[in-house]
Amino acid sequence: MSSESRAAKAAQIRHLLDTEGDAVATNTRGFNRGRYDSVADLEEYQGLKDEARAIKEDAIERLPELIDELTETIEENGGTVYIADDAADANEYVAEVCAERDADRLVKSKSMTSEEIEVNEHLDREGVDVVETDLGEWVLQVAEEAPSHIVAPAIHKSRQDIADLFNERFDPDEPLETAEELTMFAREKLLARIKEADVGMTGANFLAAETGTMALVTSEGNARKTVTVPDTHIAVAGVEKVIPTVEDLRPFVELIGRSGTGQDITSYISLFTPPIDSPAVDFDDPDTPITDGEIDREFHLVLIDNGRLSMREDDDLRETLYCIRCSACSNTCANFQSVGGHAFGGETYSGGIATGWEAGIEGLDTAAEFNDLCTGCSRCVEACPVGIDIPWINTVVRDRINETGDDGFDFLVDGLTPDAEDESSPTLQKRVFGNFETLAKLGSATAPVSNWLGRSRPVGWLLEESLGVDRRRELPAFRRETLVEWADRRDETTPADPERRVALYPDVYTNYMLVERGKAAVRALEALGVAVEVPAAPGTGRPPLSQGMIDTARAKAEGVVEALEPHLEQGRDVVVIEPSDLAMFATDYERLLEPESHRRLADHSYELLEYVYGLLENGGSPDALSVADGEERVAYHSHCQQRTMSLEAHTVAVFEECGYDVTTSDVECCGMAGSFGYKTQYYDLSMDVGEPLAGQLRDADADHVVASGTSCTDQIGDLLGVEPPHPIELLDPGR
Amino acid sequence: MMTRSDTYDRFAESAGEYGVELTRTTAESLPGTIESVITTPVVGAPLPWDDCSLPEPVPTDPSPAELDAAVTGVSAASLAVADYGSVVLEATPGGGEPVSLFPDEHVVVLREDDIVPDMETAFEWLDEQFRDTGGSAIVATGPSATADMGSLVKGAHGPKEVHAVVVT
Ligand code: SF4
Repeated sequence: MSSESRAAKAAQIRHLLDTEGDAVATNTRGFNRGRYDSVADLEEYQGLKDEARAIKEDAIERLPELIDELTETIEENGGTVYIADDAADANEYVAEVCAERDADRLVKSKSMTSEEIEVNEHLDREGVDVVETDLGEWVLQVAEEAPSHIVAPAIHKSRQDIADLFNERFDPDEPLETAEELTMFAREKLLARIKEADVGMTGANFLAAETGTMALVTSEGNARKTVTVPDTHIAVAGVEKVIPTVEDLRPFVELIGRSGTGQDITSYISLFTPPIDSPAVDFDDPDTPITDGEIDREFHLVLIDNGRLSMREDDDLRETLYCIRCSACSNTCANFQSVGGHAFGGETYSGGIATGWEAGIEGLDTAAEFNDLCTGCSRCVEACPVGIDIPWINTVVRDRINETGDDGFDFLVDGLTPDAEDESSPTLQKRVFGNFETLAKLGSATAPVSNWLGRSRPVGWLLEESLGVDRRRELPAFRRETLVEWADRRDETTPADPERRVALYPDVYTNYMLVERGKAAVRALEALGVAVEVPAAPGTGRPPLSQGMIDTARAKAEGVVEALEPHLEQGRDVVVIEPSDLAMFATDYERLLEPESHRRLADHSYELLEYVYGLLENGGSPDALSVADGEERVAYHSHCQQRTMSLEAHTVAVFEECGYDVTTSDVECCGMAGSFGYKTQYYDLSMDVGEPLAGQLRDADADHVVASGTSCTDQIGDLLGVEPPHPIELLDPGR
Repeated sequence: MMTRSDTYDRFAESAGEYGVELTRTTAESLPGTIESVITTPVVGAPLPWDDCSLPEPVPTDPSPAELDAAVTGVSAASLAVADYGSVVLEATPGGGEPVSLFPDEHVVVLREDDIVPDMETAFEWLDEQFRDTGGSAIVATGPSATADMGSLVKGAHGPKEVHAVVVT
């Protein structure tokens, strides 16, 4: 990305933050809180997720067979099935059905698949009036805007925006104001349109092959009217929506509303086996009882491929097809909460999983536009009811985008980049962040000159112009003596008869910059009777992975295993300070390494405070650590990946055992997320995401603010003006 | 094991959370009970049980105009789900679907015996039912609702109020 395109991106993001940011933030955070509450009430949440995942895995595996079964059943029921290769094919078919029915008006209930094929525009050209009946969709149709969220399309509009829009467009006798007035106004207007409709169009959340039953998940009731009133029903659905039986719907019915908007269940789950046995309601003939005549309904299912069957063949994109479009990944995403789907979205889909959809349906170009907005924080992984590893899909797509070549990189400074993967590939900015370890080595070897240089204004300018490192960010300071060197050099202090032995993993930050937290870790572990070694080891490969440089990340992973394996063989546990590195060992390495190497490392690696917690549980005394002096209060921000691994509670418990009073932040992510917040095009977004965190930390009014991850400490340092220490530094017996 | 009355209580509690009003009655008193909770003009769909009938003022076989004018719609639920406070409304040739959808108030009649404890049981039933009949049904929970206009509003396209009459 050139500095001009970075500036343009920054401007676009700033504009969205100013205009739509507040409405998106309020609504998505509300949904997200609702999700936490609603799933907490569900005893068998994990079991239902596993079931849902298993059903989708099996269905996608057997997809061609299920499509055949569904087609046969629907045709036996008296409906028609059309399998469309792409959007144009689907639209032509829909237009033909409308023409055959002489239809002037089609009413439509909300469907992302229909957005994907842009059927409205097509029918409009064919002279069919299309009316959206979902209230949010209709607002956008009136405003001529695109959805900004897959479930709540008008999420970026406030009540006031909608009131202004309606008052201006429809000029009602009394200006509309309240949500109630706006809703009733829309209801009336839309009812009039539905009465005159010739055809009803819906999507389908699920299709059961065995009986030909479709499920529509809604709350407003417009889908019911759309299907019930006109005698012709066209449903458009991606081929991936097929599941075997009606019984298989059950876990989805229990999960979908909770995951998305935080409702235990939506008002209506329609289970239609079309053509349905309900009389059509012909308002052109208002006085004849609807139950009088024969029930003569027509039903067309348009099953759309549009790239999906190729996604099914693609080992990395296949999981995208498990997606049930619940929007949990959008609502839980810190970046999405700030800017919404107009920045974090493609042609049709938005949020975390949109990268997979857009890459599969539209192509890499479209995905490239917004793929960077996924920082890999992983908060969506536990939110997703079908357990899709969304960050991995984003990484893979980023890797593919990288391979397709330059998005405007600057040859002038090309020679400065360390370890270029290969000449054709990622942009300079990506490569610099991806090879941060090399820079760190260099920086440490040349400290303090490198630190002094980094702070000088001309260098700041050069870094921003060429590499896109925002000059408002303070760069980390390199330390002359690394942690590994310190550990090698110091006098032997190992406990004489150690209970346990660990290899403390010297991540790049701890080793070259945040050396103090490494020393504190060594002292704390030793005080608890543990023998500690700090072996030299390469970085985990997290930075290159997050830039989509998968081969580089794999090489790092192999280096890490080589360095740590001898220690594992001697019975040492591996203790990791940086939570994102533990996430690498535990999950990402599964994709990068042989299963056996991965398992051995993953099974014996622990996050530092998780390990301290274990030591205290097994008889270690908190008094060996630095305990609270009276009523000391700690405000603690856990790292996003640490939370995804359910490791926040350990740190809290350790602090409490050491006598501290702890409050925790509950924002999903600090907004820095590795190198994300350093990038000049994302600086404003990163700060916007960080603001609620800063607010919570300020409100806590604690004696100590602590944070587990390096990016979190950088970000909080910028937000509060004071860099918080790692929890272990507060507990350091040498403090 | 949940007893029958536990199941009813659980249903009443969950449905109550969605603002659904409940009245418990017997088959004999059903017509009177329905009459006491409806607002006219009213439309209805026939109840599918031999011992249960609608009161005089509730005409079935509505025309579109009657549907449009009705304040209350009365129809039967085949099943209810205690955990969620949901009712299962089958789409039948008798017009149960439009009757339960157009008027502002839906009076849903169900038999206490047809309340099942959870979704799992409900979906076993639906699965079997649909395999036999190819039918259609709505799992309806509370009134229709939307939050698209800035805060939660009941009655977006469907009923604003739901009243369940449970026949013991
Ligand atoms: S990826 Fe998962 S969380 Fe995101 S919309 Fe799809 S199913 Fe929901």
